[in-house]
Amino acid sequence: MNKTQQFNQLLNLADNALIIGHRCSEWCGHGPVLEQDIAISNIALDYIGQARNFYQAAATLINEDPEMLTGFVLPATEDSLAYLRDQREFRNHLITELPNGDWAVTTLRIFLFSAYQYFLYTQLKDSGDLSVNAIAEKALKEVTYHVKWSADWVIRLGDGTEESNRRIRHAVDHLWAYTGELFLQESELQQQWLQKVQLVFEEAGLVIPEKTWMHQGGTSGNHTEHLGFILAEMQFLQRAYPGSQW
Amino acid sequence: MEKTSEAFFQDKIDREIRIEPKDWMPEKYRQTLIRQISQHAHSEIIGMLPEGNWITRAPSLRRKAILLAKVQDEAGHGLYLYSAAETLGISRDEMYEQLHSGRAKYSSIFNYPTLSWADIGVIGWLVDGAAIMNQVPLCRSSFGPYARAMVRVCKEESFHQRQGFEILLTLSRGTEAQRSMAQDAINRWWWPSIMMFGPKDDESPNSVQSMKWKIKRFSNDELRQKFIDVTAEQVKVLGFTLPDPNLKWNKARGHYDYGAINWDEFWQVIQGNGPCNKERLEARKKAWEEGEWVRAAASAYTTKKNKRNTTVAA
Ligand SMILES: [Fe+2]
Ligand SMILES: [Fe+2]
Repeated sequence: MNKTQQFNQLLNLADNALIIGHRCSEWCGHGPVLEQDIAISNIALDYIGQARNFYQAAATLINEDPEMLTGFVLPATEDSLAYLRDQREFRNHLITELPNGDWAVTTLRIFLFSAYQYFLYTQLKDSGDLSVNAIAEKALKEVTYHVKWSADWVIRLGDGTEESNRRIRHAVDHLWAYTGELFLQESELQQQWLQKVQLVFEEAGLVIPEKTWMHQGGTSGNHTEHLGFILAEMQFLQRAYPGSQW
Repeated sequence: MEKTSEAFFQDKIDREIRIEPKDWMPEKYRQTLIRQISQHAHSEIIGMLPEGNWITRAPSLRRKAILLAKVQDEAGHGLYLYSAAETLGISRDEMYEQLHSGRAKYSSIFNYPTLSWADIGVIGWLVDGAAIMNQVPLCRSSFGPYARAMVRVCKEESFHQRQGFEILLTLSRGTEAQRSMAQDAINRWWWPSIMMFGPKDDESPNSVQSMKWKIKRFSNDELRQKFIDVTAEQVKVLGFTLPDPNLKWNKARGHYDYGAINWDEFWQVIQGNGPCNKERLEARKKAWEEGEWVRAAASAYTTKKNKRNTTVAA
């Protein structure tokens, strides 16, 4: 991997964590049960922490070699990368930016995505890239919990009441088309992920949809309409008061 | 018989022996505590909303993480306090019901809006600051579970206050726009925050009994004065002012004098006419009602699972 690819990978990892963390944080104060409010805020916090680590690594990389890419505010920082890029420059997968919907969509999204992260981080922690190893290793511990927490919810909702079963099935229909984008290249990863999903779906009484159309575009900056609103909200202060310290 | 228990109870209180849930206690003591602890718990939960507003808009990732952790702490405080109240024989669902129906109160400060980022700093500094002033004495409350919950809560509150102060300090060293944002927030929150100590002593009828039972250790006005004295000094460090032209050091009293509090506003907000009373309650009710199917699913699943386990065991 050359430096530009490495940089883009770091941005993808960071943007994913930031955007899904943003969505999780929207639940803070509005959860269905106080204990779960705390749990999902905790997950949001983990994600924001991961995003910060990946952004810092990305910033170091580009600051060392400013000629590498144009269009970035330099010197780059975790905040310049998070707050001063527009949606075409975000590299997150589309699944992370979709609205939370109900608790079924929320927990299923976290499950599908964190299971992907679990296998990805497992690879990354032993990859050749030293800057990523340590971040992935720490993040893996967090993600292991996210997978367990969200899988428990998917199972509970699938095997709960008629209404919860209807809602989680609807969530599967809605989200599945955004999972293809996670595996554009890595096929071994996809197999591991599919096995995990299969296992949890079985226990939840859910079926993996037949082959369907898969949306893609996030990693090349072609997003859904939702990302623009997330950024408008998130970046508002940095944009309205440029150059200020907070 | 009743009288003996009552005398025995008061004697324990006087000797600073903690009352525990299984101990005999006067019904009014129990009711007073349920009211106070559940109000306190509700305040923590409702208090998540005005600050929660700014999580998605926090101006840096570091601030975002700190704010998120703070609001999450408040949820934790709610949890400890609901648990403490439950030891008195009321369920969390009953307390929620009282909140949602408007019968239970919560701190009126959370009925004010958070309009700018500086409000997050001011809430940490003034609102958590006032909360600490109120709550530190509660760590010695005569009721054991309440006192123990407060010890945990107070530790975290002092973090919150420092973080709030630090936000303001950063703004005070920032641009002109940031400084005026901070001053404006202080102007809006100052009076509501000193109202947090409750009505004046001569209009606070329950206080005397609560002091006798050592649920409360200081009067509203004593705590308010203490808070004003501390804050009037801290604001100088920030280089901002408090919006009270009558705030003056009184050498003879050894305290700051302060201007008249608008108690009409205080009672209006308590009665539901504050700027955000409706939104706050609606947000809580919405979360609760929309969570109904989730809670139902979780309990249905647990029931099924237990049934399966017993079948397997048999
Ligand atoms: Fe609190
Ligand atoms: Fe607090």
